[in-house]
Amino acid sequence: MELEKYFRVEKLPHIWCPGCGHGSVMMSIAKGVDKLGWDPKKVVVVSGIGCSSRAAGYLNFNTLHTVHGRPIAFATGVKLANPELHVIVITGDGDGAAIGGNHLIHACRRNIGINVVLFNNQIYGMTSGQYSPMTPEGSMATTSPFGNIEPPFDLCELTKSAGANFVARGTVYHLPKLDSYMEKAFSKKGFSYLEAISQCPTYYGRRNKLKTPLEMLEWQKENSIDIKKAKDLDPEELKGKIITGIFTERDEEEYTVRYDKLIASVQGGKK
Amino acid sequence: MPKKGKVYINEPWCKGCEICANFCPKKILGLRGDGKMEVKDPENCIACNQCVLRCPDYAIKVEVIENND
Ligand SMILES: Cc1ncc(C[n+]2csc(CCOP(=O)(O)OP(=O)(O)O)c2C)c(N)n1
Ligand code: SF4
Ligand code: SF4
Ligand code: SF4
Ligand SMILES: [Mg+2]
Repeated sequence: MELEKYFRVEKLPHIWCPGCGHGSVMMSIAKGVDKLGWDPKKVVVVSGIGCSSRAAGYLNFNTLHTVHGRPIAFATGVKLANPELHVIVITGDGDGAAIGGNHLIHACRRNIGINVVLFNNQIYGMTSGQYSPMTPEGSMATTSPFGNIEPPFDLCELTKSAGANFVARGTVYHLPKLDSYMEKAFSKKGFSYLEAISQCPTYYGRRNKLKTPLEMLEWQKENSIDIKKAKDLDPEELKGKIITGIFTERDEEEYTVRYDKLIASVQGGKK
Repeated sequence: MPKKGKVYINEPWCKGCEICANFCPKKILGLRGDGKMEVKDPENCIACNQCVLRCPDYAIKVEVIENND
């Protein structure tokens, strides 16, 4: 794959810290677009605010770096205005699960043709390490100096229940699998949610006894359980584990298709 | 015939995270004193591409070279 085709190479190297997983997830997105053969001019990447959301600055598509928690709202506008476009949202666990959580739920409910890729590094990286709604229980963060007492949100279960057509979770450690989920997510009409477990060595690893990027990747490897295996385990055994795999694959009609049908029927005089 | 590779490191992009070195099955990559990655043993590269796949900064390229021995 030619880097120049999908990246603004003059802006590289990216700003992310040594060993940050976001570079790997961003590459997986470019590979996904490449595999589907989408015309870069027809691809729109919309991101919010966070280290993850900075990916929009490096990808050589139509890009919108918006405001914190609102990329799905902007993306909904883009998709409705021009349903021909391939609209990808890049968000983080803070951007997408905390301040932007409500937009996520309603985009799933509508099943609008947006591909959300959530870079889950389980922390607010950009603002130097506050815990997020997806931080594991017991983790140290600047806002939980004695360990996080909140249970993390499982956004795969949430988006599945809310009506997304495709839901999956992968990790940077299992990169080839993440690439395959990316391709599946992008080829789906309707809403897709793909969560990529990424690593923030700077603000998560260092505080949580994972001193190097490699230790963080090993942690991903050791704590992941495939969804097929997870089905046979009880909740106690799954506590603190990363369940990976495809959570749902459906083909419910996409929102802008339903919307166009409505317009056609109203303009045709039918009710 | 086993594959052989030639590794190119784009030094300005390398941040010295050592992910590539840890994933290299031949253990031929290592950090230099100035914090940049270096190929310590170029003869033993098998062009497996693990380092390319794993580098979060896209700083490595591997060219497959014909092995005629
Ligand atoms: C309205 C608003 N509130 C808060 C902030 C501060 N802020 C910037 S990024 C961020 C969290 C980002 O976390 P995440 O989405 O997980 O991205 P990461 O940096 O971890 O990739 C916050 C709270 C902001 N920019 N705007
Ligand atoms: S602070 Fe964390 S998430 Fe942000 S660039 Fe550094 S390692 Fe990556
Ligand atoms: S993985 Fe990339 S950035 Fe990290 S040390 Fe190797 S070449 Fe440098
Ligand atoms: S191609 Fe494989 S053997 Fe060669 S340096 Fe990279 S990881 Fe090591
Ligand atoms: Mg985060």
